[in-house]
Formats: sequence, structure tokens, C-alpha cells
Amino acid sequence: MRLLLVISDFIIPATVLLILCFGCLKRVKLYEAFLEGAQEGLKTVAEILPTLIGLIVAVEVFRAGGLLDLMTDFIRPLAEGLGFPAELAPLSIIRLVSSSAATGLLLDIFQNFGPDSFLGRVSSVMMSCTETVFYTMSLYFLSVGIRKTRYTLGCALLANFVGVAAAVILVEMVFGK
Amino acid sequence: MLDAIWGFFLIGGILTAAFLGRMDMVTAAVIGGGRSAVELAITMAGVIAMWSGILKIAEKGGMIDSLSEKMTPAMDFLFPSVPRHHKARQYIAANFAANFLGLGWAATPAGLMAMKELQKLNKEKERATGAMCMFLTVNMSSLQLVTVNILAYRTEFGSAAPAEIVGVGIAATFLTTLVGIIAAKIMDREG
Repeated sequence: MRLLLVISDFIIPATVLLILCFGCLKRVKLYEAFLEGAQEGLKTVAEILPTLIGLIVAVEVFRAGGLLDLMTDFIRPLAEGLGFPAELAPLSIIRLVSSSAATGLLLDIFQNFGPDSFLGRVSSVMMSCTETVFYTMSLYFLSVGIRKTRYTLGCALLANFVGVAAAVILVEMVFGK
Repeated sequence: MLDAIWGFFLIGGILTAAFLGRMDMVTAAVIGGGRSAVELAITMAGVIAMWSGILKIAEKGGMIDSLSEKMTPAMDFLFPSVPRHHKARQYIAANFAANFLGLGWAATPAGLMAMKELQKLNKEKERATGAMCMFLTVNMSSLQLVTVNILAYRTEFGSAAPAEIVGVGIAATFLTTLVGIIAAKIMDREG
């Protein structure tokens, strides 16, 4: 555990150091290149800002209006029927739309059941192997003006579903219920 | 598709709120959502500009090119329609590598640039290409090996062994990526 945390402290500085040293060896004009990239980066942020505003407002309204709760209430009996822990149904849905809301639910689960409980472990794994599909897809596709996204959503949802199922099954296999 | 989901979120959200008497909360969400998006963009601006600068150094030093070259067999398999040494491949490689290491903020600019390059290869500008679908599917299947945030939260809530889930997490991440790739490959073949 300690080792992992130490490594994670090293990743960013080590990556930056490696790139800078490599750039030095290749005689890249470091600062000039950095500024060029940073300028492009700022432009990118400005370009995606409208998408971001639209996205976050939609997700907030979806949550605040109570539709998200309705949907999770609807899915809960289905989940229970499949042998999926009902307490995790909201997390698996919200994870698709909002990373910060999902983190909030994760911490609720830690608070109520403890991080070392079955639910705590499953939700930890679920958070590690899934992504905020709606957010990522909108950001990347809309940034280049793609409207027809074809099978991307289907594939992403399938992968997500497999992740949720795998989290439950693997945790049960490795740690028991 | 995205239009439909977006509209569903807003229209559905407002109608539900009308039935449940939660209009005040929706009002707050509309105003607050816009503000938190701008706040997020300001936070993002600094980090993304920083990483874009560093990435540019890596690009000019030829590091990203050699990274994508090392990934050639995987790239050939995943993105057969993207020519070797095309810039799209380099940015995709940088995006995957950053995601893998858990550098989400570095992954975003590389990913957006990859989409721009992929769009240049696209003939129907409004329709996603197979390479785009594959890229985003892999991206959304989660590549990150160790989610440090989760470990930190587990520690905070008094877990006896915060890192005990890492192995299972890696196995599950591997599975989701594998399933995503297989599904995207099958769908691509079907047209």
C-alpha cells in the first residue's frame, strides 16, 4: 500500500522529468515548445467550454428534477432479481453520467457499510473499471462536430455493464460475501 | 444520438420536477450548473495547458512518435484505417499511455487532438469513423491500472487494507477493455 502511494506521488514529476530530459537530449527548445503547446491547450479548453456548460447543466437538471432517482428506483427490483446488490444500483447508473456524484455515493457506501465490507469492496472496484460514458462521449465527439456516433454508446455501455458484473463476481470470488 | 440523450436529460428532468414539485431545485441546477462548468473549465485550463505544453516537448523530441511505434502491433489491430506514422496514432498512443498511468488531465488534451486528427481522415464529417468508435470505446472502457483516488478514500474511511482491491480492479479493467474492443471490432465489420 505504502509503495503504491509513493509510486503515485512519483508518476507526475517522473513523467515531466523524463520528457524534459529527452527533449534536452534531442535539442528541443524546451520553453518555446512548452509555450506553443500550452497555447494550444488553452484554445482547446475555450473550444470545449460550451460543450461543458451544456453537459453539466443537463446532468444537474437530470439529477435535481428527480428523474435519476426515478430511474434507479425502477432499476432496483430488476437488479435484485438478477442477484445484484440493490444498494449499488444507484452508483452503477450515476457513474455513467457524473464522476463527482458517483464519488459522493461511493463515500456514502463507505460511511454506511465500511470500505472493507462486501459493498465497499465492490463499489471500489466498480469505480476503478468504469468511466463517465455520457460525459466522455459528448466531449470527444462534439469537439469535432460528430453527430452520428454509431455503435460507440452500445459498446461503451456493454463494457460498462461487464465491469459492474465483473466487480460483483470477482469480489465475491476473491474476498467472499 | 447525443442530441437525443441531452434533450432527454433536460426535458425529462424538468417534467419530472414539475410532477414532484422540485422546480426550485431545477432552477438552482440550471444556474449552478453553468457556473460549475465555468469553474471546472478554469481549473482545467491550468492543468490542460500545462500538460499540452509538456506533450508538445515530448512530441518535438520524437518521444510520442517512438511511443506509438512501440505500440504498432496494437495500433495496426485497433486502427487499421489509420496510416502508420499518422499524427492520429501518436496522439492516441499518448492518450492511452496517460490513461494507463492515471494522468487523466494529460490524457484529455491528447485525446481531443487525436479526435481532430481522426476527423481529418473522415470523409463524412458528421458520422463517426470506425477508428473513432474504437478509440472512444477503448478510452471509455477505463484503462487506468491503479485508481489512486479510490485508495485514498478507502484509507480515509479506515480500511484495514486499502490496496487489497487493486488486483481485482486490474482484472476487471482488463475485462472491460477486452469486451469493448471485441464488441467494437464486431460492429465495425458489420458496417
